[in-house]
Amino acid sequence: MKKISPVVRGWLSFAIGFIVAYILGIGLVYLVNGSLAYSHLVSWIFATFAGAAAYSWGASGFSPLTKGLAWMNLGALVGFALGLVIDLIVQGSLNWVAPTASLFALLFGFTAFFLGVAGFNAVSKGLIWQISGTLLGAIFISIIRVVMGLEWSGPFLFTEPAWVLGGFLGVIFFLSGNGSVSDWFKWAKGIDTPEHHEESHAGWEKYLNISLDHKVIGIQYTVTALFLISVGGLFALVFRTELAASQLQFLTTDMKLFGQNGPQLYNTFMSLHGMIMIVSILLGMAGITNFVVPLLLGAQDMAFPRLNAFAFWISVPASVLLLMSLILGGFDTGWTGYPPLSVRAPMGIQMFFLGVFTAGWSSILGALNVIVTVMRMRSKGMTAFRMPIFVWAAIATSIIALTATQFIGLSFQLVMFQRLLGMGFFDPAKGGNPVLFQHLFWFYSHPAVYVFILPGLGVISELLPVFARKPLFGYRWIAMSSLAIALVGFLVWAHHMFTSGMNEYLRVPFMYSTLLVAIPTGVKFFSWVATLWKGKIWAPTPMLFVLGGIVVFLLGGLTGPPNATVSIDLHLHDTYFIVGHFHDTIFGGFVFPFFAALYYWFPKATGRRMNETLGKIHFWLMTPSFFILTFGMMRIGLLGMRRRIVDYDPALNFDATHLLLTVMGYLIAISVLVFIYNFFNSIKNGEKAEGNVWNSRSPEWQVPSPMPTHNYDQPFEVVGEPYDYGLPGSKYVEFSAPAKSRH
Amino acid sequence: MQHIVIVGILVIVMAVLTYFGLDSIGLMPVEASAQAVSIDWLWNWQVIAMSFLFALIVVPLVYSLVVFRRKKGETGDGEHIEGNTSLEIAWTVLPLFAVLAFAYMGAYSLGETNRVDPDAIEIRVKAQQFAWTFEYPEYGIVSTELHLPLNQQVVLKMESADVIHSFWVPEFRVKQDVVPGRVTEYRITPTLVGDYKVRCAELCGTSHAYMEAGVIVDTKGDYAAWIAEQAAIAAASQTPEGQGQILSVKYGCLGCHSIDGSKLTGPTWFGLYGSNVELDNGTSVVADDAFIKESILDPNASVVAGFPSPSVMPPYTLTDEEIANFIAYLKTLK
Repeated sequence: MKKISPVVRGWLSFAIGFIVAYILGIGLVYLVNGSLAYSHLVSWIFATFAGAAAYSWGASGFSPLTKGLAWMNLGALVGFALGLVIDLIVQGSLNWVAPTASLFALLFGFTAFFLGVAGFNAVSKGLIWQISGTLLGAIFISIIRVVMGLEWSGPFLFTEPAWVLGGFLGVIFFLSGNGSVSDWFKWAKGIDTPEHHEESHAGWEKYLNISLDHKVIGIQYTVTALFLISVGGLFALVFRTELAASQLQFLTTDMKLFGQNGPQLYNTFMSLHGMIMIVSILLGMAGITNFVVPLLLGAQDMAFPRLNAFAFWISVPASVLLLMSLILGGFDTGWTGYPPLSVRAPMGIQMFFLGVFTAGWSSILGALNVIVTVMRMRSKGMTAFRMPIFVWAAIATSIIALTATQFIGLSFQLVMFQRLLGMGFFDPAKGGNPVLFQHLFWFYSHPAVYVFILPGLGVISELLPVFARKPLFGYRWIAMSSLAIALVGFLVWAHHMFTSGMNEYLRVPFMYSTLLVAIPTGVKFFSWVATLWKGKIWAPTPMLFVLGGIVVFLLGGLTGPPNATVSIDLHLHDTYFIVGHFHDTIFGGFVFPFFAALYYWFPKATGRRMNETLGKIHFWLMTPSFFILTFGMMRIGLLGMRRRIVDYDPALNFDATHLLLTVMGYLIAISVLVFIYNFFNSIKNGEKAEGNVWNSRSPEWQVPSPMPTHNYDQPFEVVGEPYDYGLPGSKYVEFSAPAKSRH
Repeated sequence: MQHIVIVGILVIVMAVLTYFGLDSIGLMPVEASAQAVSIDWLWNWQVIAMSFLFALIVVPLVYSLVVFRRKKGETGDGEHIEGNTSLEIAWTVLPLFAVLAFAYMGAYSLGETNRVDPDAIEIRVKAQQFAWTFEYPEYGIVSTELHLPLNQQVVLKMESADVIHSFWVPEFRVKQDVVPGRVTEYRITPTLVGDYKVRCAELCGTSHAYMEAGVIVDTKGDYAAWIAEQAAIAAASQTPEGQGQILSVKYGCLGCHSIDGSKLTGPTWFGLYGSNVELDNGTSVVADDAFIKESILDPNASVVAGFPSPSVMPPYTLTDEEIANFIAYLKTLK
């Protein structure tokens, strides 16, 4: 018999698995509802997950992934059944869409996946501990409530205070249970730990376990970020589908899921899309920074390897909390969570607040680590103005993240306490002030946008000379412009509040400070263009994303000043113009450079390169779709399309544009799927690339790929400028002994 | 040098094409207020600046990609140019002046939109989840539609009963949040007769998308006629049904409850009184006086099947007389 290719076998198994599970789903729905429903959500969910497991089985047999997916199906079913039984006991009636059942299915499914993939590892152990901690905390509060004679159960099984303490304990249990703090406990007890852990796990399993190696942590961050980007993107597709036409067709008022009807689900998805994407950006850039910065500096690792691991691992329970908020009632406030709306919002908002609060720790501690590493661990001869430009961007970013993140944590914590304890921080009836929240919130959340984009702009500046084969034009000016953006960025927060009813005259100074940001940003653009001028440009995939990033970020930058000038912002505020504007800045400042960085440093991490053809398909599919998407958003925004609405007045004639935007959204999703396939497939099957693939002067490319565990075997000394392309005989770094003569 | 001349010409061509292209598709909605004039004036300058800067960056970028592309088989590097301090200073200082100019124009334009007419008519606006109510205190009128006279400044004194809302009529351009616990002001001088809509621009909950109300700009004569008609209705509606109807407008009930049988955020009132209502706990109840009263004072006590539970409706403290009037009104809806 002729050998069938794995892909074909995979799709055949997928088809069988999908159909069988779909029929099972229909059968189950029939048993429950007593009527046949051919397109029930249950059937679709069954079929999708079973199909995924079947594909993996067909394509690769009983590989760890197959086992993981199979266990996930099983875990989710067990969790669902358990949740149903508990809900039945507590509520007294069988409710197939009970949030308890959905929540247990999610948590058990997740945990079972990681158990199936590699047994007990830091992720599965952590998740088991997190679930235990959450239940323990919730039961503890519930017992106290019973003793006090209060109601202990609600539609979400436990009451709000119980879930909040549970969520909080869950994070602590995760971290203690998976071992990310065990070294510190040993030190407290006077037990020594080795200075640098040798990996206890070889191969890919080390990525599921605690590692102190900055390269492993960088990849852990990056993969987590890719997962969250996919989740956030999926949420966007859900609400974009609803927006494709006016009126409600998909998220209708009659449907009910996770205790929410269609418009409520829309609000939850829209709000979570915002925050999940923000967290994924923070993690994605932390991934690139972690992987690259020590290599650029010539350091063996980050300054505080354990803190580095801790900062990554705390982001995992934080992500779980964010996903839990979807099921525990959701919330309808947008990612900004303005009170008084957030005080009245469903319970999901508390899980959201806790999740953001926890993720903030990751950002603060990671930033601290980067600053110390750059201050203390540079190679000999690497003076401030001989550092690679990406390091400057990382420093500027870290200054903001280290000092501003506390404000979003604090502002969310205040609302949390207002809900739980009745403290009237933002309640006018108790002497509070709702506008105060906005000041606190934006004091982080505006500088935060520079946290999102500065590393990306750093990637652009870092890669541009390599592919233009020319020095970075005005290196010092670019370095200083990053710092300038970071510092001026602290003085502009109130431009988000021009219509909020704050002191009218204060709007003018904030307009001036906001417009000032345009100057250092302009310096970057002019310098980038001057770098390209008279170069010898070649454009493989990473360069395409760099160029795409420049043009997209330019559109974001140019549509910024109208928002900064107060009177125009009175029209633009809270419209789709803003949505288009900031998607341009975030795609140009993060998404495009992030992809560029992944394509560029992928060979350094794996010793193989990603497929060029698929990379080009990814770029040429995503870029035009994205232009149309944001142009369309801005166009209807100017004409009266508001932000954050589930439905729009058909009289506005936006239907055709919205349909186009939805199609573009799907095309972007497809292009990202191409990327994800390329990413994971190239790890095993990519073309070998162990040398200096991009002919770069940067130190990490002077040694073979993948990078050795302890980075450089010989320390290097900086003997020249980083970007002296075109200067014959010049060198950036010199290794103390030639790498080849070691044998 | 030759390259710079070509790029310079292309930049100008591109900037002009971009500007006229954007201008010709009509970016803004109809200009219907005096305040919109200075905003649109500044917007036009912004579009000019955007078009120019877009061309200034994109043209040399694309030109470099085409002209300075590495030819097949070429391996060498580009020219070794590290930078140029006078250029860097130029493109720091020139934009600084441009930015200051725009900030100055922005402040001027803001001053124009805030210009106060001492004879402005005062109208009170109440915002709540998910309805707008307009009160004309001089005439005792309460309305769900905002009627405005042409070429006359009005000042809206806006209050919120629950969360933050935002008053926005796209054709008027200006937008102002309505914040609980304080009164915010919105000044507007309509300059074009027409039917517009105020749309809540600050996310305010589940039915935020539907928090809209008619805004009608009338000629001064039509406006006076409307005021007279409404004042007469207000004076005449001394019956309990009439008072009940006024209550339903004043408290914004109609934002969530229809009177024609259609389904909004809450159950319709059409044919509600005396009917059998199925609750979400599986029981059913007759919508009698006691049920209506309970639903107003404590909306969460019984939630109708098919609607969000817990109820999104806040409790309303009405007097017994008001409730009686309201029930009288409800009975007329069949």
